[in-house]
Amino acid sequence: MKYIIIILSTILVNNVIFAQFLGICPFIGTSKKTSTAIGMGAAVIFVMTLATLVTWLTQYYILKPLKIEFLQTIAFILIIAALVQMVEIILKKISPSLYTALGVFLPLITTNCAVLGVAITVVTKEFSYGGASRILNLGESVVYAAGTAFGFALALIIFAGIREHIELMEAPKGMRGVPIALITAGILALAFMGFTGIV
Amino acid sequence: MNNNLKTFTKGFIKENPILVLLLGCCPTLATTTSAINGMSMGLATTFVLIMSNLSISLLKNFIPDKVRIPCFIVVIASFVTVVQLVMQAYVPDIYETLGLFIPLIVVNCIVLGRAEAFASKNSVWPSILDGAGMGLGFTASLTVLGCLREILGSGSIFGWRFLPEDTDTILVFVLAPGAFIALGYVIAIVNHLKKSK
Repeated sequence: MKYIIIILSTILVNNVIFAQFLGICPFIGTSKKTSTAIGMGAAVIFVMTLATLVTWLTQYYILKPLKIEFLQTIAFILIIAALVQMVEIILKKISPSLYTALGVFLPLITTNCAVLGVAITVVTKEFSYGGASRILNLGESVVYAAGTAFGFALALIIFAGIREHIELMEAPKGMRGVPIALITAGILALAFMGFTGIV
Repeated sequence: MNNNLKTFTKGFIKENPILVLLLGCCPTLATTTSAINGMSMGLATTFVLIMSNLSISLLKNFIPDKVRIPCFIVVIASFVTVVQLVMQAYVPDIYETLGLFIPLIVVNCIVLGRAEAFASKNSVWPSILDGAGMGLGFTASLTVLGCLREILGSGSIFGWRFLPEDTDTILVFVLAPGAFIALGYVIAIVNHLKKSK
């Protein structure tokens, strides 16, 4: 039950893009076509879950015992960068077809603030899913990350679908491109606000 | 001198990081709920930009080309940690409000972008000016957007309420959807002005 609440809240109520404003750059950048959006969404689901697993273990088994938590930012960003590089090399070797599908998106993910944001959130923020508020344990953190990533993919794919239609419309000159996309995202965010309170 | 001036001022209008280059959207949307928050975020980023540009232009001959991006990230992350600790000590209230977005300066595309595009190719003095110009341009746009959202959303400016207490304000502008809509309109206005020139 606890896990279902975490998943619902990360995908719908606290959507990473519409409520937390993380990962806006790839959200605007890779949402021109539905096919690119699906590729990016899949790559983020993969990397975010893996990165949170590794950074959680680093925080509790390396940084905390050595009392060097202030190095958190540096350690996490390096881990994410190394991890992305590693995933890229491994994918190229064992699954060339998946690599051609996700390959171009992987380097972009290093600077996706959603990945670092989630990694920092799960080790610093207290949540109260079913009971007293406390820091998440490993299982909950990984579920939180996976849910957030699915929320990102969902928002990206919905938005890409809408944007394909917007491109065909006659918007005023200054509005074309990014401005109208941002305003559409605002209306989508309004729709997502409707989920507030279900969890 | 003329050249230096150009390096400094291009960040304000011609190459404004948010309104023209569309970099660093996440902190822009998240921290502009009020003018003060937007300005503090901008100034924190400016400090990191100047210091990382300075160090990278000094270190550029020692960094091997192949591993330059990880090296840049380590330099940037160190200065972000400095900002984080200083803000936590001296302005804990603002640190609490900005929260997650202070460590996230590391992945702000503007900082890495300037390191890669400018500081790794130029000498120290122009790099500092470039960092300062870009940072202040970023701060200016964050402050303007913060003012706009604060005026519409809570009827105040820099925390000073100018509307009578019982007037209704357009609350949606301080909430998440308002951030997207406000930024969309500001960019549209800039685009329109650029085209009609």
